[in-house]
Amino acid sequence: MAVELLKGNVALAEAAIRAGVEAYFGYPITPQTELLEHMAQRMPELGRVFVQAESEVAAINMVYGAACTGVRAMTSSSSPGISLMQEGFSYIACSEVPCVVVDVMRGGPGLGNILPSQGDYYQVTHSAGHGDYHPIVLAPASVQEAIDLMGLAFDLADQYRHLVFLIADGLIGQMMEPAELPPMRPLRKVKGDWALTGADGRDPRFITSLQLGAQEMEAVNLRLQAKLETIRQNEQRWTEYLTDDAQLVVVGFGSAGRIAQTAVQQARRDGLKVGLFRPITLWPFPDKRLSALADQVSAFLVVEMNAGQMVSDVRLAAGGQVPVKFYGRTGGVVPVPEEIYDAIRATYQKLSQRSTRE
Amino acid sequence: MAVATLEENVVYRRPQSLTDTPTHYCPGCTHGIAHRLVAEVLDELGVRERTIGVSPVGCAVFAYKYFNVDNVVAAHGRAPAMATGIKRVMPDRVVFTYQGDGDLAAIGLAEIVHAATRGENFTTIFINNAIYGMTGGQMAPTSLPGQHTSSSPGGRDVEMAGFPVKMAELIAGMAGAAYVARRSLHSVKEINRAKKAIRAAFEVQLNGLGFAMVELLSSCPTNWHMTPPEALEWIERAMIPAFPLGDYKVIEPVQAFLKR
Amino acid sequence: MAKGRIEINEAHCKGCTLCLNACPQHVIVMATDTVNALGYYPARLVDPDGKCTGCAICAVACPDVCITVYRQVPARQAAAAS
Repeated sequence: MAVELLKGNVALAEAAIRAGVEAYFGYPITPQTELLEHMAQRMPELGRVFVQAESEVAAINMVYGAACTGVRAMTSSSSPGISLMQEGFSYIACSEVPCVVVDVMRGGPGLGNILPSQGDYYQVTHSAGHGDYHPIVLAPASVQEAIDLMGLAFDLADQYRHLVFLIADGLIGQMMEPAELPPMRPLRKVKGDWALTGADGRDPRFITSLQLGAQEMEAVNLRLQAKLETIRQNEQRWTEYLTDDAQLVVVGFGSAGRIAQTAVQQARRDGLKVGLFRPITLWPFPDKRLSALADQVSAFLVVEMNAGQMVSDVRLAAGGQVPVKFYGRTGGVVPVPEEIYDAIRATYQKLSQRSTRE
Repeated sequence: MAVATLEENVVYRRPQSLTDTPTHYCPGCTHGIAHRLVAEVLDELGVRERTIGVSPVGCAVFAYKYFNVDNVVAAHGRAPAMATGIKRVMPDRVVFTYQGDGDLAAIGLAEIVHAATRGENFTTIFINNAIYGMTGGQMAPTSLPGQHTSSSPGGRDVEMAGFPVKMAELIAGMAGAAYVARRSLHSVKEINRAKKAIRAAFEVQLNGLGFAMVELLSSCPTNWHMTPPEALEWIERAMIPAFPLGDYKVIEPVQAFLKR
Repeated sequence: MAKGRIEINEAHCKGCTLCLNACPQHVIVMATDTVNALGYYPARLVDPDGKCTGCAICAVACPDVCITVYRQVPARQAAAAS
């Protein structure tokens, strides 16, 4: 297919359509509204389902309903709307109904603003709702990667009967980049043996997240935890840049990782042995590789567009072996390469001082 | 005396669309009657095998155990949103929500109003018993002025807590609603009338005419602190004046079902 | 001879008395000598004079669908069938 100039939100919507999404339910909220608007245009054209719900609360429950019948269903929102949907996420995850949610993150907390941030990391990776579970969380750093990960999101959701988030900061949702969309996939005809389709010639099925007995609820939890462990073992994804001989590795996801890459390039030109590690799955967090890198490097510098969220997971993966420093901007401020370069320089200098002292 | 060997017909037996599971509802609770009427209608219309039910949060959270159809338990108040999702992707299935007064008239008010105004083609059975049963008898949006509940121990004070919500009237005002009726389950005569309304509400769906809701005045003997027969009397004496029975919205094509 | 009779599922009856209240022939009573496994005194048909007509009003009133109602086929119908 041809390379074209695409806006991130529109690319996400069209990529979902190509991946075979059959139902979209959403509510307008900046900076993701173009995704909803694209769906409003395209889904009826294709004879698929589109509803602008009365709220995000309604939207996630419409997704839950549609997904219960075995179709590919999704919604999209931004930080405050994601907060509203949390009850729905928990029900969906507990009852193991596959679905995909896009979060285009904005400045917060509270009503915040409509500028880009990465402030929802804790929220979506820890559980995005009450109780013990983690959604799979994918984090693109470009419009093309967003397109590619959208197809993967639906496949992972179906493979594991799980909730999958694709999170992007507002920058990725709003920017336009050359990218290529995949061809249209045919809609699936076969549904899982759990799907509600009407008890025609079979016993009725039911889908619930209610388990009044402690033993029964624990059994559900153990099953979910086992599934999460399988996902942890098999689905960690990341990318690395110039890490082979790096003394300092910068860790960043999404736009922060991408901007940090420019800073890393500048640092390398100045002779610093710096590399970049960019997680693509935020859950499961790519801790296997990061732990291995901790054996090699002298420090990590985590760069985020929040007050320090992924840095906790980097610290856990590093296991206390090396210092983990943090540089972040909040409130919708997008860091520029120069300020990350300064942070790299400052961290790197301290490493040299430490090693000359030893 | 000679043993009679006259033939017998079965005049009434358990409907197919109910499972054999005995219900957890309190003695005399009219949930059982409402379930039975819906099941009888599904049987008569021959749609059991393509029906998908959406259960509420409330005493009827276990409705999925009692209806012999595919079922999903919704979050509190969100059944109409789930039903929207289900019916939009599977328009040839028969989809119904079964909701109580907290579920539908409090937390779920936005969802039911918007389902009605969008004319979503599913059927809602609304159980109005003027109280929150499952959680132990708190005031509901439908509780009557002066009614004693565990969260209005001195009786509902309209200065503090406002007046009861009249859902049939409210939903009837939505353009997408094709049939909205309020009936009662307090006597056999009214139960029979209620069944006709429920049947019409499902026929609205089968004919693709829009949203249909039947509000059923129901009892809660346990939380009203009454015996089952007293509770039925209270419906007649106190609830009907506050929630008059009737057909609140009947679009023209629906007249035909009602005449039958 | 009673035109009708009912069978009550005593194990599932919750003793709510709504059938007793509804029956126009007053041939339903609550047991006083038996308690079912749920702890309720179930309803029972007590119809020594054969007054039950099989009207099924009790079944309509029963919230637990415990009542199956039988009605005799009228003699001329039975004759026509045979």
